[in-house]
Amino acid sequence: MQQKEAQKLWLIAPAALMVSLFFLYPLCFSLYSAVTLDGALTLSHLDKAFELYSKDMLFTVIIVLVSVMLLAILSISIAALITLSPFRSVVGILGFLYRLPLFIPFIVAAQMMRTFLAKNGLMNNAFVASGLMTPMDTISFLGWSGIIITFVWKQLAFSTLLISGAMAALDDAQIRAARNLGASRLRILFGIILPQIAPSLGVALVLSTVTMMSVLSVPMMIGTGTPTMISADMAFRVDSYGDYHVANALGLVSYLICAGLAWFYLRQSLKDKGAAA
Amino acid sequence: MVAQSVSNNIVLKRLKRLPFASSFWLQMLFILIFSLLLFGPIINLLIWTVTEVWYFPHALPTQWGLKYWHQVFNPYSDVSGSLLTSLLIAVLTVGVCLLVSVPAGYALSKRSMPLRVFWMLLFLIPQAFPNLTVYMNIARLFYGFGLNGTLLGVVLVHSVHGLMFSVWISVAAFSATDPLLERASRNLGAGSFYTFFHIVLPQAAPGIMASCIFVFLESLDEFTGTFFVGAPDITTLPLLLYSASMEGNYQIASITALILLVPSILFMVVIHKFMKPEMLAKLGK
Repeated sequence: MQQKEAQKLWLIAPAALMVSLFFLYPLCFSLYSAVTLDGALTLSHLDKAFELYSKDMLFTVIIVLVSVMLLAILSISIAALITLSPFRSVVGILGFLYRLPLFIPFIVAAQMMRTFLAKNGLMNNAFVASGLMTPMDTISFLGWSGIIITFVWKQLAFSTLLISGAMAALDDAQIRAARNLGASRLRILFGIILPQIAPSLGVALVLSTVTMMSVLSVPMMIGTGTPTMISADMAFRVDSYGDYHVANALGLVSYLICAGLAWFYLRQSLKDKGAAA
Repeated sequence: MVAQSVSNNIVLKRLKRLPFASSFWLQMLFILIFSLLLFGPIINLLIWTVTEVWYFPHALPTQWGLKYWHQVFNPYSDVSGSLLTSLLIAVLTVGVCLLVSVPAGYALSKRSMPLRVFWMLLFLIPQAFPNLTVYMNIARLFYGFGLNGTLLGVVLVHSVHGLMFSVWISVAAFSATDPLLERASRNLGAGSFYTFFHIVLPQAAPGIMASCIFVFLESLDEFTGTFFVGAPDITTLPLLLYSASMEGNYQIASITALILLVPSILFMVVIHKFMKPEMLAKLGK
């Protein structure tokens, strides 16, 4: 039996080795490089990162928070419509529509938005053509608002998929019982459905945050000018100066932003469990 | 009295229907706005692919045509070259992922596997951290080995990224196979290799195919890792799209984007039947 288990370890070894060598090692190295200089511990890289990019860090946090909030509101409304709407046609159309951006690559979404949100993009042109605006009033959305729009546009499919999945897995009898007792649909949503799908909502939002912090193409293609997201700063630091220390210090900050959100989510779900027990 | 209550009932029913009717149109309005926002960018992209001249303040292109399509599909253009590079990298990445994740998935599908949860979490890590910083440092590491700007370097980076999908989906595929068939085959005297390739693998094949498609698409669409490790020697389609777009060459960028969309849409049509939200809720349980 011992021998058999050793054999199984050999089967996993290549895959585990690949992840350790090409992910865990660079990950640890980035942390190490962020806080050391020639082997000695130092905070100078973090200091420098804060000195140069503190505005961008704040900007990144704001972009992530606004996107996450918009994602939560929109995906809950769409999933709730799919679950609770009495009209089959609404459910059918929405169920098909929201999934469309799921497999559209980020870089393609970025290119679409780069043309759509521009000063002479289709969005402004549509407003002008419908008489809502004159060509002189149009403004370009390329910048922080464009980054948020692109992130929400792309990630909405993923978070709605997770949330409507959680809603579909709920016990139907509860909803029917509440409805028989005279609860309105809105009341059912806030009183019965939302408390039960909170864990899925948390997972969807935390995973979306990690994705937003990893995507380089969107801030580089849409966030023209300053301030920008720290992911673009990292690429700039490496490409232009070869300055890995400050870039890794910025990376450390990006881990902390994700960890902060994950911590908030974990604390919230632990609190809920404590209240239930 | 009875007649009155009946007519009351009818009035009540009408009243009850009224807010429903208005909420129907409200929901339809929501769908209309949602689909405008959803399709607007896509339509804008499609218009750019057939635009020859379009400048401010014209609402639509002043000159339409397929000039840029001829340019793109010219055998000597950058696009056909990087399309081939992209496809080659994606196929190699699928190969590498298959090679390492089929044995790992088989071993992890056994519940008796020691530290099973730990191994599963290990393969989840590349999706749980923002991977931008990691790619940066891989590029630095590869520079020392001379792997920067080589096909192998890019394939390795894409494989690590795809490993989570291939391992997790293979585990699910092997878990769904019938352990009794495996035992019966061993009892009848077949060796472990023969049993694996003739009894177990065919049962898990559909799931493994699905994981291959995922890895293929992920590799085709990958930008960040290639940007650090491959550029400027290796040009995949996403990198070409990026540089075309940054140069303001929106026609070439849009056509490249459309080419990148084709496999995604094909896959979407194929997977539409299997991609039920109800099934996702069961994943990982």
